[in-house]
Parts: sequence; structure tokens; C-alpha cells
Amino acid sequence: MATAPRFWRQNPSRYNMIGIRCESCGRNFFPPRAICPVCHRKSVGKMKPVKFKGEGKVYSFTEVHEGLDEKASLRPYLVAMVELDEGPKVTGQVIDCDACDLKIGTRVRTVLRKLSEEGPSGVIHYGYKFVPVKGDQSR
Amino acid sequence: MRKVAVIGVGDTKFGELWDASFRDIGIRAGLSAVEDANISAEKIDAVYVGNMSAGRFIEQEHIGALIADYSGLARDHIPATRIEAAGASGGLALRQGFMAVASGLHDIVVVGGAEKMMDVSDVASLLIQSSAADQEWETVLGATFPSLHALIARRHMHEHGTTREQLADVAVKNHRNGSMNPKAQFQREITRDTVLNSPLVASPLRMFDCAPSSDGAAAVILCPLDQARQYTETPVEIVGSGQANDTLALHHRRDVVTFDATRVAAERAFKMAGVTQGDIDVAEVHDNFTISEILAVEDLGFFKKGEGGKATEEGRTSLDGEVAVNTSGGLKARGDPIGATGLAQAVEVVTQLRGKAGKRQVKDASVGLTHNVGGTGATAVVHVYRRV
Repeated sequence: MATAPRFWRQNPSRYNMIGIRCESCGRNFFPPRAICPVCHRKSVGKMKPVKFKGEGKVYSFTEVHEGLDEKASLRPYLVAMVELDEGPKVTGQVIDCDACDLKIGTRVRTVLRKLSEEGPSGVIHYGYKFVPVKGDQSR
Repeated sequence: MRKVAVIGVGDTKFGELWDASFRDIGIRAGLSAVEDANISAEKIDAVYVGNMSAGRFIEQEHIGALIADYSGLARDHIPATRIEAAGASGGLALRQGFMAVASGLHDIVVVGGAEKMMDVSDVASLLIQSSAADQEWETVLGATFPSLHALIARRHMHEHGTTREQLADVAVKNHRNGSMNPKAQFQREITRDTVLNSPLVASPLRMFDCAPSSDGAAAVILCPLDQARQYTETPVEIVGSGQANDTLALHHRRDVVTFDATRVAAERAFKMAGVTQGDIDVAEVHDNFTISEILAVEDLGFFKKGEGGKATEEGRTSLDGEVAVNTSGGLKARGDPIGATGLAQAVEVVTQLRGKAGKRQVKDASVGLTHNVGGTGATAVVHVYRRV
């Protein structure tokens, strides 16, 4: 069982979709990283945090039938790779989509949800999941 | 740089080896390779061991020392090093051995790979395998190792029109090859329907799209080419070695349906070898999922991007095709004891180039290739081999 700080460290980005922009080339990254993989040393000191809107479109998706915990009741669940409007792609679960017809291109937005817990007395992990954007014309 | 030859190969059967421990299988494979090369222990200069996660599968680290010790090499104080790169651990260990001999630092090197996966539950095994992905930004958020490959598969189908049936054809072909390999975990043929009717793992991937968990080990013995005839009449030269890495997380790739690491590792290996894709007779590629073999045959340059599924369907990667892919049965049918896989690939290609592959022998095979991948393509290792 891991200690809580291991997960707290990622919380600002995982709760609030805080990415980073390289002010040398203008590219956005998520999660934040110390060095721009394009500009290398030129980017040192020029990586500035930026809050993303948390919206994007489904790039690919899958319905997961064999999960990483024993809770069969939570399966199947949807996992998507989402291309955020700011550019970077992220991976996360899609929820509130029981009857929705998820497709490549479906607009989604992030919501803060419980991700998992480490047993009855362990750390509870929170972070982003995706929900379909209502009234999305592309669907 | 010196030329390097494989002078001995050995492996265990792959599968559920309930009666054997991690050290048992490691030593079985190593000993059979040493016997094949007809060398004595005093000749061995160094040992490299590919292993992904003994620490989590059997709660044992310090694998280099363990394997050297139980191989009877402790009193000789031979340097023994464990190499880890998730699924590419074995291929990367082979590359370290290759570099050690090529550089002139060592003459006789044993390279082994081993994984004991069946001593933990299925869920534990899936968790350990998923640690090859980005734990903090993929796995924690709900992605499993198969589900990441499912994302690749769906996108590949979307962009290139690859069909569900073509994915199945990879498994059908590899089970057919595995049925001719007495060391394979699965030695029964299957049909498209077997795959299409198997339970969903992560849509569109089903159980028969996935390589199994396995116990197993494999090993090769390397030496300078100019000494190889002292030990064997059938040396096989490693003419090219290439490694390339990429982002750890799948979603950070330039292109989610191309493994650039495979592409670049292959370019480097082909350049060193002075051969091209058309020269390759047999190739063992990293088919941990059916979609992975389709990516592999494209990114290695055997077929154009998007045409891997069609090529498989048309039999162009079958035993009698233009390049025989995964003659051993691949990870799908031979089994995938993670750290052993890269070495098992080398064992198969050397066996083919020696003309000793029995019913699955590719006629007149003289140039071969192995392709070993870690994670969802963050590490790729490619080797090219030639009969001498």
C-alpha cells in the first residue's frame, strides 16, 4: 500500500487540468514536464503552468472488461484517449455514458471523480474522468 | 568492432510450469544453451539476464547474482547483470551481450531471460504487466495494458480500415505455427471464430487477441565470430543490432498507430547489417496482442502503413509467405514469459537459420530478424541474424 504523498504530488494537475506551456516554442504539454522535448535546453526556465479547459474530443476508446481491481460490479467501463483542445492527448475513463453512443470524435469534458481506493482504510484517489458534452452536434 | 556469433541456444517449454521455480527455469535454459555450445563454465566471461519484474512476481530482486550463483558460477566471480525494459528486457539483454563481445571486453557471454508469472493471481499479473505503461497518467486513470492496445486497435481500424477479422488472422496464423512447436504453450490450431467468439477483454480485443501469461526461460551463448567454429559447425552471426525508445505513455506519441521506436530501431539494425527488409526470410516480432503484430510488420517496413492487416489476411506473413512471421507461434501461441521473450525470439531465429526447426522450418532460411517491444512501444530492440 502506497503512502498518501505519492498521489498528493500529482493532485494540482489531476484535479484542475493544469498543464504547461513551453514559452520557447508555444507547445502545450500535459501533465507538466520540466523540459520541452522539442526545445531541450532552450526551454529551461520557460515552462509556464497553464490551466486547460478540460475539453476535447475522443481520439480512440475501448470498453474494458478485465479491470485492475476485483470489483467486477464496476465492469465494463469505458476508457478513452482524448485529444484536448489545447493539443495534448490524455487517457481517462468516460462515465455517465450508459446509453450514449461513444464514437471517435465525440466531444467530452473533464469532471472530478473518485478514481480508486486502496482498501477500506487506505488512500482514496481522485482525479479527472470524462463525460460527453450535452448537445454536441458532432455526435 | 568485432563480429559476434551465436554459438548455442536453449530454452524451456513455455506455459504453466507448476513444478519449477524461477531459478529452476533460468538454469534449465542456461544449461541447455551451454550444452548446445559445448563450452565449459571456465570459459564464461559474463552473464546478462533479461527480467521484467521478479520483484513483484516472486518478490525476488538481485536476479543477476541469483542466476549466476545457481548456475554454479559464484566461485568464479563472473559479472552477472540483470537488464529491465518491460517486455523488451530479453532483447535488450541480448543487445548488452552483443555490445560486450563486439567491444572486445568479453569473449564468451551467456545471455538469458526468464519470468515466472504463474505464481500470482490473474489480477496481480495484469497489474504488474500494466506497470510497463505510465502508472501515474495511464494506469491510475483506469487504463490496463490490454486496453491501451485496444485504443491502438480501434484507431488503426478507423484510420486504415483494418478489420476485426484481420486481427483474428494474426492469432490463427500464430496458433497454426505454434501447433508445430513442441515448446509452445498452445499447440492447438484455432479458427477465426475461436477468436471472434472469445470473451471481450477490452473492445475490440478479445481473449484470443492477447498473449497469455507464462512461465519460461531462454538463453543464447555469444562469442566473437572468428572463434565460433571452435564450438559449433553452425554459427549464426548477429549482423545488426538496433534499439530505440519513445515516450512512456501511448498518448504522447507522434502517431498512436505507429511505433516510431520500432521504425527507428529497425532502421539502425538494417543499416548496421547492410541488408533490407526484402532479405529477411524469418522474423519473430512482438505480438503481445494481435494488433501489435500488424503494427510490427508495418513499422519494421515489411508492408506499407495500414496494409499489415491485409498482408496477414492474404497469407504474406505465413510460413510460405514472402516473410515468415512468428514461426515459433509468437508470443500469442508460444507464450510470453516477459523477460524470456526476447531470447526465445533469438532461439527461434537461430534454430530456423540452422535448418533445425522441424515441421515449421522455412525452406532455405538464411537471414532472420527479431523484434522485441517494451510497454506500448516505449522501447524497441531489433536484431538481424545471418547464417554463416
